[in-house]
Amino acid sequence: MKRLSRSTPVKNPLLGLAFGIASLVVTTTPLVAHHGAASFDTTKELTLQGTVTEWIWANPHCFLKFDAKDDSGTVRNWVVETGNPTDISRSGWARTSFKVGDMVTVNVQPVKSGAPVGRIRSVVLANGQRLGQGPGRGAPAPPPPQK
Amino acid sequence: MLKRLIVGMVVMVAVAAALTWVPVTYAQVWNSHGMIGNEQPPQTGPAPKRDLTGTWDAGGAGIAPRGSPTSSLTPWGEKKVSSYKPGDGPRASLIGEINDPLSTMCDPAGFPRNLLFELRPFQVVQTPNQVLMLYMFEKRFRTIWTDGRTLPKDPDPRWYGYSVGRWEDDSTFVVDTIGMDEKTWLDNAGNPHSNDMRVEERYHRVNMGALELTVTITDPTAYTKPWVGRNKLPLKLIPANVDLMEMICSGTEAQEYKKSMGK
Repeated sequence: MKRLSRSTPVKNPLLGLAFGIASLVVTTTPLVAHHGAASFDTTKELTLQGTVTEWIWANPHCFLKFDAKDDSGTVRNWVVETGNPTDISRSGWARTSFKVGDMVTVNVQPVKSGAPVGRIRSVVLANGQRLGQGPGRGAPAPPPPQK
Repeated sequence: MLKRLIVGMVVMVAVAAALTWVPVTYAQVWNSHGMIGNEQPPQTGPAPKRDLTGTWDAGGAGIAPRGSPTSSLTPWGEKKVSSYKPGDGPRASLIGEINDPLSTMCDPAGFPRNLLFELRPFQVVQTPNQVLMLYMFEKRFRTIWTDGRTLPKDPDPRWYGYSVGRWEDDSTFVVDTIGMDEKTWLDNAGNPHSNDMRVEERYHRVNMGALELTVTITDPTAYTKPWVGRNKLPLKLIPANVDLMEMICSGTEAQEYKKSMGK
């Protein structure tokens, strides 16, 4: 039987599974919103690069405004929402996440109307930090109480 | 051998120190979202008698963004709901068309919407003649009288109604509420109610760290029969020194949101 040397990294398959499940939850659980998806084209996603013009940290939703060029080279001011401060602060978002003039790359689900409006799937900041949908408030309910 | 023993003891002490230190630092965080997840050690053991004191959290189940399944609407209820354009649920509207008074105007959620939608952590304070419920969402409070008074006759409608409570047994607190203004919605799906609605809340303290909430709506003007909006919703006790975030809807911020996003 081959023995592991002391320097061999030991991988714990259970730990790997736990991280796998945790990352799946983090990347797939949608943020809770006070409204549903009726306004949005859920079949479409756009990746836009632009410059932040405003970051509003407020209820019922935080939203980001940024200038980005469309395919014809025209600059449009996009307005894209994310969750409320309480929920998104759990996954790394903060009042200080953006300042005017920051370069951002935003993955957006646009509205059906064609207006430069949508909701954020993820955003990459100038320093490389990625903010995603995170666990929001959609984490599991407490387990049933022990009688 | 001795070296291994010493190393083992050091590791054990470090782990024990970490286990006791983590909850304390968590509890002392300012501006907490209140979501405890699995960070909190289980709080089991017998519950104190006739006592709901503490801060309670229903986790994600407290939000219920899609609304509640109700019993059938009466013709009055159908007429009432026909002008409601909710943001979610079976009758969900586009953002620019939503007329939910809570999300578009920041009207108070009202009672029992504050239990059926966005039930974020809330603190219970007991005095000799009242049970006070302090809600993180909207940063509002309710007074539940326990001094033996009866509910008022033909009261002026209020956003949060008039509540009296009694201990049915040492672990079950029952609250009856009437007098809610029918301009409030019951949930995020735009389910209506009338001024005649009566609501019963049952808080059952299961053990030290667990509470169950059942909410029953009786409104014969709007619904053909009573229905249960929360059925033994589990709530967990969170640390008493957690400082909860504000979750306040401001009219100016909501207007700015709708103007920007409702295109």
